[in-house]
Amino acid sequence: TMAATKTSKEQRYDRQLRLWGDHGQEALENAHVCLINATATGTETLKNLVLPGIGAFTIVDGHTVSGEDVGNNFFLSSSSIGKNPDKLLDNDPEFFHRFTLVIGVQLPESTCLRLGSVLWSASVPFLVCKTYGLIGYMRLVVKEHTVIESHPDNALEDLRLDQPFAELKSHIQSYDLESMEKKDHSHTPWIIIVAKYLEKWLSEHNSQPPKNYKEKEAFRQLIRQGILKNDNDVPEDEENFEEAVKNVNTALNPTKIPTAVEDLINSEQCSNITSQSASFWVMLRAIKEFIQSEGNGSLPVRGTIPDMIADSQKFINLQNVYREKAMQDAAAVSKHVECILQSVGKVSCKNASFLRVVCCRSLAEEYSVDSVNKDEITSYMDSPDSEMVLYLMLRAVDRFYQQHSRYPGVYNYQVEEDISKLKLCVNSLLQEYSLNVNIKDDYIHEFCRYGAAEPHTVAAFLGGSAAQEVIKIISHQFVPFNNTFIYNAMSQTSATFQL
Amino acid sequence: MADAVEPMAVDGGHRDGACDWDGRWNHVKKFLERPGPFTHPDFEPSTESLQFLLETCKILVIGAGGLGCELLKNLALSGFRLIHVVDMDTIDLSNLNRQFLFRPKDVGRPKAEVAADFINSRIPGCKVVPHFNKIQDFDESFYRHNKFHIIVCGLDSIIARRWMNGMLISLLSYEDGVLDPSSIIPLIDGGTEGFKGNARVILPGMTACIDCTLELYPPQINFPMCTIASMPRLPEHCIEYSRLLLWPKEKPFGETALDGDNPEHIQWVFERAQERAAEFNITGVTYRLTQGVVKRIIPAVASTNAVIAAACATEVFKIASSAYIPLNNYLVFNDVDGLYTYTFEAERKDNCSACSQVPQDLQFPPSAKLQEVLEYLTENSSLQMKSPAITTTLEGKNKTLYLQSVKSIEERTRPNLCKTLKELGLSDGQELAVADVTTPQTVLFKLNFTT
Repeated sequence: TMAATKTSKEQRYDRQLRLWGDHGQEALENAHVCLINATATGTETLKNLVLPGIGAFTIVDGHTVSGEDVGNNFFLSSSSIGKNPDKLLDNDPEFFHRFTLVIGVQLPESTCLRLGSVLWSASVPFLVCKTYGLIGYMRLVVKEHTVIESHPDNALEDLRLDQPFAELKSHIQSYDLESMEKKDHSHTPWIIIVAKYLEKWLSEHNSQPPKNYKEKEAFRQLIRQGILKNDNDVPEDEENFEEAVKNVNTALNPTKIPTAVEDLINSEQCSNITSQSASFWVMLRAIKEFIQSEGNGSLPVRGTIPDMIADSQKFINLQNVYREKAMQDAAAVSKHVECILQSVGKVSCKNASFLRVVCCRSLAEEYSVDSVNKDEITSYMDSPDSEMVLYLMLRAVDRFYQQHSRYPGVYNYQVEEDISKLKLCVNSLLQEYSLNVNIKDDYIHEFCRYGAAEPHTVAAFLGGSAAQEVIKIISHQFVPFNNTFIYNAMSQTSATFQL
Repeated sequence: MADAVEPMAVDGGHRDGACDWDGRWNHVKKFLERPGPFTHPDFEPSTESLQFLLETCKILVIGAGGLGCELLKNLALSGFRLIHVVDMDTIDLSNLNRQFLFRPKDVGRPKAEVAADFINSRIPGCKVVPHFNKIQDFDESFYRHNKFHIIVCGLDSIIARRWMNGMLISLLSYEDGVLDPSSIIPLIDGGTEGFKGNARVILPGMTACIDCTLELYPPQINFPMCTIASMPRLPEHCIEYSRLLLWPKEKPFGETALDGDNPEHIQWVFERAQERAAEFNITGVTYRLTQGVVKRIIPAVASTNAVIAAACATEVFKIASSAYIPLNNYLVFNDVDGLYTYTFEAERKDNCSACSQVPQDLQFPPSAKLQEVLEYLTENSSLQMKSPAITTTLEGKNKTLYLQSVKSIEERTRPNLCKTLKELGLSDGQELAVADVTTPQTVLFKLNFTT
């Protein structure tokens, strides 16, 4: 597009389009989220969704604004529906079915569980957020969230040097290192160099590649010996050979299907494709069939190579060998897709090794005595100051609210006397779930001290965290957390638990 | 969100003095007026702490961009009212996806001023004073005069960070070799890039400073010139060719320097880069990539800035109120895959060029050329200087060995680069004073001749 006609929207969102692309932005702009409770935490989350361009939002909040609300909340002039979530659950639970995702902020346990049940049945993702004193809490509830574009930070390259495909093999063969002039020799891509010396090694070692440290060192030495020497027998400065030596470990990585992808391929959803299956599963099934036929046990070739010292032509030619193979494999996968399903949108399988699925347990399962994740809780509580204690305290505080219709320590005079009451809640919680753990009195005191405060900086931290998780769910890019996140502003630490 | 700044949902309230309605600071007071088991050992609950925050505590915020906007809001809603904010930039359309104190009508106006206006209108009682300046515009009198209690940075420049770091170190006073604690101004520093961020607490003279951990900021990667000039492989190489080689040669807009914010300039670079790419069968040159390379754009979103600024503001609150032990001392955040945080104590470096007060060791043979010393100062990962100016004292007189930033002096001293240290009259143990944009004070080096 010409510079002058670059839309103001593209300019405005430029910095984020570089992260999730135009298609991610489109998903965001087509989404409609529901925020329950416009507290500081709620409005901060919403701000961080409005700024990147969320399509629409609806606020459900039955409270009236108090003086302390205005004290910690930057946005109290936006209009809210003014309804009460409990009333909606009573009279019109299907109200929530229209949303892409629901964010529940500062919800009492009973409302949270009721809402959780409605949204679980309707397969609407639910993000629970709570700021309690200096503690932040998030719980993601989504049955099955598929991620095609996880954008991993440190992905291994897909070079296939252990099992070069035909075109790569013949490309490698087209090189004769021994007969090359210095200029060409010094600008040969390291992938070719490693491939050539690997051939040599295999022929001398009964087709066994270097396996342990000793063998890899010997292999590196073999490569080093290939560096050209000048008339005085001194090795020339060949950076591409240095690169080859440095990248031996990467190059020798066996081509393997990642465990996460293996699990997905062997999953029930992949075996039983129906007309209702999401395109994610259709593609996965097509990839499975590819692996079993054209792929000869491997995923489709990714098609990218890292930059490396080489002259332009050698690099581009090598890059094209991988690219063309990737296109070939993608076409084969597409054929499988066509066979599986009549019409499906355009699919790129370059992300095949990075496919992820996130399945969070329902709130009902987390809260039920029969299915509570005792092991996770007790093992973390081996360290009594682990963030797990904060989760248990939040549960205890919810229990307090159920019993006393208020949170502990809200007023100064209540702090001392509520400590023993809260302790009773803690004990009954541990007993009900048969949790043989010890919670230090200090935490019970601290949670009374908090008095259900929602300090702005903690709300803001959670608002940023929550918004990004919502964006991940909407865009199906990057991987959401699974499923409980605790932030401790006292120690500036956090933890993620699967409960 | 409405376009105009809307009046608060609470009735009345004057802009100064008694504008605190009932319950306004309830959330904050619970941490100032109640004892607790995890508070800082020095903490004493009192009603005076809130008054200190509201009336006395003075905070300097550096940067009014992605982090700065969030910081101002966070501080204002935590009870801080005396805030100064410094930013040299004006508002650009691309800021609006995260810098929420700005609206499309504000494009072109100074960030510091618009941010201050917004906060002062929205948060009754808050008095943010803007400075449309580079932080380097202010010498130590600015800090002595204003007596900031805490400084919090939301910068996008490592050079500016190091400069600020150096400034606070220069303000430290020592009596008989003992650091006077009242001269320490705590520095909270936040940084973000895409989905990654970090927040750290620095007590100048006591804990690790920015330069102590310079290796955490790897030097910016510039492509080798020979790759750009004769062996391009990536679309980025083609863009740099266009920017670094074609633009100075063809001067498409006369003597005007390349302006990354000028769409016509970017379009020109883009088209030339496409031609270059076509020559070498390289794919992938786009307008967006071109702009990204020319302007060295770092992707940014609202959420990461919100998280990091929140963590920084929490630390400001802890230090100002002594409510809790502050972060000790470095937090790393990344939400690409789930949410990941890592907290550790960065260690002070014994021979840090900024905060250790010992002259830095320079080991070179007397036959080494000055050029080699210059390269060491810029390339060494612990120093990473940008354009060091080297002076020394010879025969009682101050002599400039090399200086880049003034054209006439650069020309005059350039021949020194090819001379050996011995030829320049330098001896073993000679002290060299080096000035650079990365520090407000000169750094002392001691020559240690090797054989």
